[in-house]
Amino acid sequence: MIIKNRTIVADEWTVLRLSEQDSPETVAVPAGKVIVPLQVWLQQRDALQQRSEIGVWLATDERPEVLKEDVDKFSVIAVNFPKFSDGRGYSIAYNLRTRLGFSGELRAMGDVLRDQLFYMQRVGFDAFAPRPDRSIEDALKGLSDFSDVYQTSFDQKQPLFRRVQRKGNPAAGLIDE
Amino acid sequence: MYRYDDYDQHIVNERVEQFRDQVRRRLSGELKEEEFMPLRLQNGLYMQIHGYMLRIAVPYGLVSSKQMRMFAHIARTYDRGYGHFTTRQNIQFNWLRLQDIPNILADLASVEMHAIQTSGNCVRNITSDEYAGVAQDEVVDPRPYAEVLRQWSTFHPEFAYLPRKFKIAISGGQQDRAAIYAHDIGLAATRNAQGEIGFRVLVGGGLGRTPIIGSEICEFVPWQHLLTYVESILRIYNQYGRRDNKYKARIKILVKALGIDEFKRQVEADWADIKNGPGTLTAEEVERVASFFIDPDYETLTDHDSKLSEFKADSRSFSNWMLRNVKPHRVPGYAIVVLSLKKPGETPGDATTEQMEVIADLADRYSGGEVRITHQQNLVLADVRQKDLIRLWQEASRHELTSPNIGLLTDIISCPGAEFCTLANARSIPLAKAIAERFEDLDFQHDIGEITLNISGCVNACGQHHIGNIGITGVEKKDHDEWYQVSLGGAEGNDSSIGKIIGPSFTFHQVPEVIDRLLQVYLRERIEAERFIDTVRRIGQAPFKEHVYATDFITEDDDIANKHVVVPAQYSVPYYSPRF
Repeated sequence: MIIKNRTIVADEWTVLRLSEQDSPETVAVPAGKVIVPLQVWLQQRDALQQRSEIGVWLATDERPEVLKEDVDKFSVIAVNFPKFSDGRGYSIAYNLRTRLGFSGELRAMGDVLRDQLFYMQRVGFDAFAPRPDRSIEDALKGLSDFSDVYQTSFDQKQPLFRRVQRKGNPAAGLIDE
Repeated sequence: MYRYDDYDQHIVNERVEQFRDQVRRRLSGELKEEEFMPLRLQNGLYMQIHGYMLRIAVPYGLVSSKQMRMFAHIARTYDRGYGHFTTRQNIQFNWLRLQDIPNILADLASVEMHAIQTSGNCVRNITSDEYAGVAQDEVVDPRPYAEVLRQWSTFHPEFAYLPRKFKIAISGGQQDRAAIYAHDIGLAATRNAQGEIGFRVLVGGGLGRTPIIGSEICEFVPWQHLLTYVESILRIYNQYGRRDNKYKARIKILVKALGIDEFKRQVEADWADIKNGPGTLTAEEVERVASFFIDPDYETLTDHDSKLSEFKADSRSFSNWMLRNVKPHRVPGYAIVVLSLKKPGETPGDATTEQMEVIADLADRYSGGEVRITHQQNLVLADVRQKDLIRLWQEASRHELTSPNIGLLTDIISCPGAEFCTLANARSIPLAKAIAERFEDLDFQHDIGEITLNISGCVNACGQHHIGNIGITGVEKKDHDEWYQVSLGGAEGNDSSIGKIIGPSFTFHQVPEVIDRLLQVYLRERIEAERFIDTVRRIGQAPFKEHVYATDFITEDDDIANKHVVVPAQYSVPYYSPRF
């Protein structure tokens, strides 16, 4: 199960991970909906792009810009969080959405826990595969920790100060008048 | 000062509830300590030697009397009757229980305060000039921009899990009083030839294991672009800062590795994409925030109160205090008063419940109900009428808040050290006390004049020892005894520099003697009114080093037994951390 668009749904995708014996050039990509490592995509691009649906996942030390010409070819792009304290995935997501214009499913996977989800959805993730040892229902609650935010990101194009009329100091107003 | 609107209050209230639930999950065992750790750290909660330590954010060091009374309430209700003001202009409580923290945060939220991002690998509380708005040399009041940055950085979704902590300081005077050269980002608010406001931006400064003075990345970023420019710096750092070694993870290491020119190129390439975008500051927002920092209704007064001169002539203590602790104010007839938390023999930066309440009362009666916390761990009343100085001094003196030592030898900056902190190699506070007591003589201190002495219990440099004229660092040695390195020549402000270690390290009891010997060289070599730092810069380290190591130190037979003597009675705990 994963969380997608704030709902718990069945996961239709299989994530391909390379074992030590596998090489990105030769590993066999199973049929069906598969999310392949970036290196596999780069090495087997010609064959994989013939498929009707394909996904790719990035490690946090990989650059999303290498997909610049390709983003429209993917139904899913996933970012793997090796541990929750590795915050590179947030900038990767932001860049994929705002600079590379990716509009498909952007999925957070790996060490994904409830308390990161609020931030993750803000930078552009819309799907989450929380760590399997934790309750996915609990994780869902993490999306609603805050009802308002100050700054812009992918989910909120306008900062609070442009969105709403905020009050200044009434004492200062009186002096002005 | 800034007041929360419904949005600010709502966000802080939601944080309290979020953290309450995180604590519940930790106490029920649902969250493991390693999972809870980054969550509690984003909320200023450390697990220390004796219990949980909570660091409360004091945005740019500014508190109201009401908030100060809340600190007193927390100290009395949940702690042991005192709090510790820090070099980050914050306050820490050292003896808390985890189950009380949500209620403490709720208490804080009721007075528009929180502990958000006071630790962890995120953008920390923004620090600034303690004389903002009242300094004679002010070019731009930095407070509205500090508040704008506070809001922007609060729960920024992209920059909560940076490679390492991230500190931003902002100053607005001709003199830098916010140590902007020693921060990840240092901002000097200034005006260009056309009189427009902007920021000189420094990046990659920092202390810790690898002390580096910040480099200028941009000479002038117009105010509209402040947030987007800072955002781009953080985005480059978040992606490329090292994560393989926490000692090489600060932005200074990245800036050094790339070189400032290449780092700037990358930042500005990122910035090109968001510059002039919706993150651009609006004049309306700056005006709105600035409306909270307008001048109080100053009376039309003149300097040179005759009563004051008379009293000064009569009372040597008062005139000493006037000389050291009272600073010129930009409005005639007013003064800036620094309340010293450095009474020799007391812990630098500590204030008791009673003192906090007195400080709040003094602020209400004499300074518009506001207090500032300085990064030297003292407190400032920024808007005092000169004609109130005598009464203020008399009242504050009764509560040991008027040691006339601001900027002098006993105005020591010190981290909590090994009695509290799991990182420290050596005790800091007892050493600060031992030094202050040895050089307590005021005439001697005045003779020495301006000098800074900073103590850190380890290389992490919470006591900012690298920028002390004399810096002392606790170092680890195989025998697990306490050893201290002494450095010379550090400074903050416009002529910032990093001190250099003078040689092999010393034992606890040797350090005060080392200081004495350094001062002897200064007294011998100084030319007229030359400051200590200027003498060091003129003659170099060699004469100091030579004199310090020229003769043996007297060894004390009962060295170990003596250590207990300086452990204050209030700490009913072993003086060593469990690590020893």
